[in-house]
Amino acid sequence: MKLITAIIREELLEQVREALIAAKIERITIARVSGHGAQKTEVYYRGEKVIPNLIPKVRLDIAVNEDFLETTIDTILESAGGENPQIGAGKIFVTNLEDCIRIRTKERGEEAI
Amino acid sequence: MFRAKILLPLLVALTFFMPLASIASESPAIDTGTTAWMLTSTALVLLMIPGLAMFYGGLVRTKNIMGTMMHSFVAMGIMTVLWVTFGYAMSFGSNVFGGWFGWNPDYFLLRGIDESILEAGVPEYVFAMFQGKFAIITPAIIAGAFAERVRFKGYCLFIALWGILVYNPLCHWVWAEDGFLFNMGAAGAIDFAGGTVVHISAGVSGLVAVLMIGARKGFPKTALSPNNLVMTMIGAGLLWVGWFGFNAGSSIGSGLATAQALTVTQTAAAAGALMWMLIEGWHQGKATGLGFASGILAGLVAITPAAGVVQPGGAMILGISASTVCYLMIGLKNRLGYDDTLDAFGIHGVGGIVGALALVFFIRDSWMAEAAASAGGSWTILDQLYVQAAAVGISALYAAVVTAVIILIVNKTVGLRATNDEEMRGLDHSFHGERGYGNLNIG
Repeated sequence: MKLITAIIREELLEQVREALIAAKIERITIARVSGHGAQKTEVYYRGEKVIPNLIPKVRLDIAVNEDFLETTIDTILESAGGENPQIGAGKIFVTNLEDCIRIRTKERGEEAI
Repeated sequence: MFRAKILLPLLVALTFFMPLASIASESPAIDTGTTAWMLTSTALVLLMIPGLAMFYGGLVRTKNIMGTMMHSFVAMGIMTVLWVTFGYAMSFGSNVFGGWFGWNPDYFLLRGIDESILEAGVPEYVFAMFQGKFAIITPAIIAGAFAERVRFKGYCLFIALWGILVYNPLCHWVWAEDGFLFNMGAAGAIDFAGGTVVHISAGVSGLVAVLMIGARKGFPKTALSPNNLVMTMIGAGLLWVGWFGFNAGSSIGSGLATAQALTVTQTAAAAGALMWMLIEGWHQGKATGLGFASGILAGLVAITPAAGVVQPGGAMILGISASTVCYLMIGLKNRLGYDDTLDAFGIHGVGGIVGALALVFFIRDSWMAEAAASAGGSWTILDQLYVQAAAVGISALYAAVVTAVIILIVNKTVGLRATNDEEMRGLDHSFHGERGYGNLNIG
């Protein structure tokens, strides 16, 4: 079991979410986060060009069994990057997941994902 | 008393042809009490627009909140400039083009009313500004129908054209002294504060717009949930408060008619809100805040045309009927599958029609007696119902046809419907480069 943590552009959330659903990956958790990256895109604030300090992003947490790992990663790469990805498109982290327990049924492990 | 709304500017227009010296001596004295109330009403109606922005803004998804609030705010800019420049002249000038709209060169940029005082003792500037607020809120209401999926540029062009080609002529027909609906039947079509001009025209135009540009992506399968119902409740509250200016101010006075309009406004809003709550409690088992707010609006919309002619008992029944019919209509919308996103048609269009038609059953006797006198003998409820139905039908048809043409034009030029990508990224990112709430993040 793996835990996929993806940091993506906030405006691409819908696109990524729809792509994941199309790929049958429907169990996801989403959070608003902010952070530093290599992105130096300038934005306008009250007519001045500024480089945002901490940039708002969206984080997706997806727990998957091994069979789904590559599909999930590919889907995110495609939908959050596109053909010509720019700096600031985000990152995907994959970590080992020790266990997974479904609260309702108390199932454990791969069954519960 | 609804007639009072318009008698005034025309009388003043006449005085313009006299030399300045005689104006100074002959124009009515300022009635400070009435003027103070009309100034207050003008401010109250303006308060409804940020109220509408909050009501609508809270109901859309997070990514569209700034875009949706801007739809209301930009109307304050565009419609005010158009109104001052030539909207007032088109609405309250004398008939031109066979009465299609009005015109009075003196009203261009309001140049001719700099020193004029209406017969009611109110400076004409106040009347012009009061009327101007109605021209702002009407197109802003339409935005609720096609929320979450239109381009900002296209929207701006749309409301400008709509204000010029739909609002100004309708306003002229219903409220100008030589407007043909103002003079229909024995004592005119009854539209005290804008049931046909504002709510039916906006609601029907919204419906036509929605049918032409289509539903939001994901409608109706996915839940497209409100981002902030707290804000929606505050918005509904501000609309209720502002409505006292909208209705009671439409008496263009500060007296008995004002008090009558104010009382029925409060009554209809309360009855409408309670009725919606009861229906929901019976139908779904829980009374939602959004339902209560919708009931307030349904009641207020229904009493808008009727505020000058009905008494509190009638107002209560109008509020109750409006909530019932609007609730059924929204259920029907979900079955028919057109995406009137924030129910501009479901509440403003339908509620306005209910009010404009059903009011005939509750008209106070003195009004009917006056109508009978001016008709030369008898004037029945059915006679007036016919006049009301004609006014509703004509306004709805005119608004629908012209809106369809405007949308075709806007779609061919700057484009009204947002692209799939723009819609998915949200109006805020795509058209404003802002976010409503992301700023709450650290940083």
